[in-house]
Amino acid sequence: MSQTAVARHRPRAAEMQTRRRGGLKRRQAIASYCLVAPFFLVFLTMLVLPLFYSGYLSLFREQLVGGTVFAGVGNYVRALQDHVFLGGVLRMARFLVIQVPIMLSLALVFALALDSGRLRMQRIIRLSIFVPYAVPGVIAALMWGYLYGPNFGPFAQGARAIGLPTPPFLGNEWMLGSIMNIVTWSFVGYNMIILYAALRSIPTELYEAARVDGAGEFRVAWSIKIPAIRPALLLTTIFSVIGTFQLFNEPNLLRILAPNVIGVGYTPNLYAYNLAFINQDINYAAAIAFLLGIVIMIVSYAVQFGVLRRERRS
Amino acid sequence: MTPQPMAGQPRAGTPPGTSADADDRQPRTGRRRPVGGQRSNVLTIALLACAAYFLLPLAWLVIASTKSNSDLFSTFGLWFAHFNLVGNLRDVFTFQGGIYISWLRNTIFYAVTSGVGAAALATAAGYAFAKLHFPGGNALFAIVLGAIMVPLTALAIPTYLLFSNVGLTDTPWAIILPSLVSPFGVYLMRIYAADAIPDSLLESARIDGASEARIFFSVALRLLAPGFVTVLLFALVATWNNYFLPLIMLNSPQYFPLTVGLAQWQSTSSAGSGSQALFSMVITGSLVSIIPLVVAFLFLQRYWQSGLATGGVKQ
Repeated sequence: MSQTAVARHRPRAAEMQTRRRGGLKRRQAIASYCLVAPFFLVFLTMLVLPLFYSGYLSLFREQLVGGTVFAGVGNYVRALQDHVFLGGVLRMARFLVIQVPIMLSLALVFALALDSGRLRMQRIIRLSIFVPYAVPGVIAALMWGYLYGPNFGPFAQGARAIGLPTPPFLGNEWMLGSIMNIVTWSFVGYNMIILYAALRSIPTELYEAARVDGAGEFRVAWSIKIPAIRPALLLTTIFSVIGTFQLFNEPNLLRILAPNVIGVGYTPNLYAYNLAFINQDINYAAAIAFLLGIVIMIVSYAVQFGVLRRERRS
Repeated sequence: MTPQPMAGQPRAGTPPGTSADADDRQPRTGRRRPVGGQRSNVLTIALLACAAYFLLPLAWLVIASTKSNSDLFSTFGLWFAHFNLVGNLRDVFTFQGGIYISWLRNTIFYAVTSGVGAAALATAAGYAFAKLHFPGGNALFAIVLGAIMVPLTALAIPTYLLFSNVGLTDTPWAIILPSLVSPFGVYLMRIYAADAIPDSLLESARIDGASEARIFFSVALRLLAPGFVTVLLFALVATWNNYFLPLIMLNSPQYFPLTVGLAQWQSTSSAGSGSQALFSMVITGSLVSIIPLVVAFLFLQRYWQSGLATGGVKQ
């Protein structure tokens, strides 16, 4: 096309474009709503509605005489004075401050080792650590329950063979640690893969120069790699916080083996379940579930806020 | 997970396709490895020892599933005894009229249906959030982000009550419908779509007169396929592994997924009722139940890594 032809066509094209833009915008908006509508339909009915329903239920109380009556914040006051519930929350807090750092440090160390490129058999090692994530929590708990078992568990067998007392994995003192071990076993690999993927996407130039200046692998890891994957570390921390407070499968399965150690309120979630389905106290269970959600939100935001502040300071 | 903390973070400089394929076998250009050093035996041995910890329970499971119930108690756990795997498998698949097969079928059905459904919903919404401009879009996305932190188990009890009002409890719907919601999936897809679909491509399709629907179905979907698979895998595994929701929702054993069914066998066998060889059956049943996912993991590893990279790095 010659120069003049372009010049002649240009104003008309521009005019058409402005006229079209309005229609385009509207068409785009309509298309957008059509695309997000199915998700939001399910989102509203399966997430928002139950959430509000739970909040609504938690404001009532069932009485032997008079049926269901409005209780205001009565259930919440009761929960905050309930030793079983508070005990469960504290137990999860203890779990959080012990297990999550161990799990995430292991995941970070493994990810850094894989990323350093100094490993032989990388692929096998990476897969071995990741594969427990494919095992459902229930199956992991079942399996470890057998391994911990005093009868045919290999640890007990080994201890007996050399004349030691059988380790009380499922006893009162050890139980929380035993559950921590199951959760760590299940999720180190998952977190490792997140961190490893983040490490792989750091541009090499960032630390190539440091290497040239003679920085060792540890120094590079500490000063360059770890700061660079801070978003991924934050993500894994928050997911771990959410997961910890929702702990249910492992204690519910181990309860079968050690009913005297794991009570009805060993974890808040177990407590809500038992309240709703054994005690039939739906309203109080809803309050517990709601409070648990609030605790999780607060802790997650606290983690984010803490990270933000530290970032701003440095 | 608000996006603020991530502001100012260095973004990965590679498009999703390449970072997705970060694999040992295909070293990327600009990334020479091993960098600056030789392979270390000490490190390798240390990590192999750790790998052994992760494999040990699975090794035990494989060994234990070859033993009869009495050998489980009388022989050492980490070595083979009389080989009874075939007998155990027969027990697993024929006990209670072969109900294990129903559980396996249910698990696959629940996981695939809700996985595909959740991934489809997340793909459509994620694409719209990433590539189309519409009033209220940002506000809606903020709501989705906030919902990532809502603990799903806190919803299970009220959802049960709502479902029991409309007669949906103890049906497959009770498992599938709640599993269709994946706010994290929408979040992943938005990030994925933002990088995977060039704006210029959409512009030129629009200039060619393609409708938005046509653009989505014939241009965008193909580019979003790897992200779709990642979200599908996440949702599939979440449903496959779910225990709390089906435990609450289902009463009839014929609707149970494997997790609930095996847990029930376990509590029966621990209670010591009857003379059936239940322990060996629970163990063999557990082994069979994890095989499909482990195999899927080994073959679809690439997608795990790409999806987790998208979620963890870019944000």
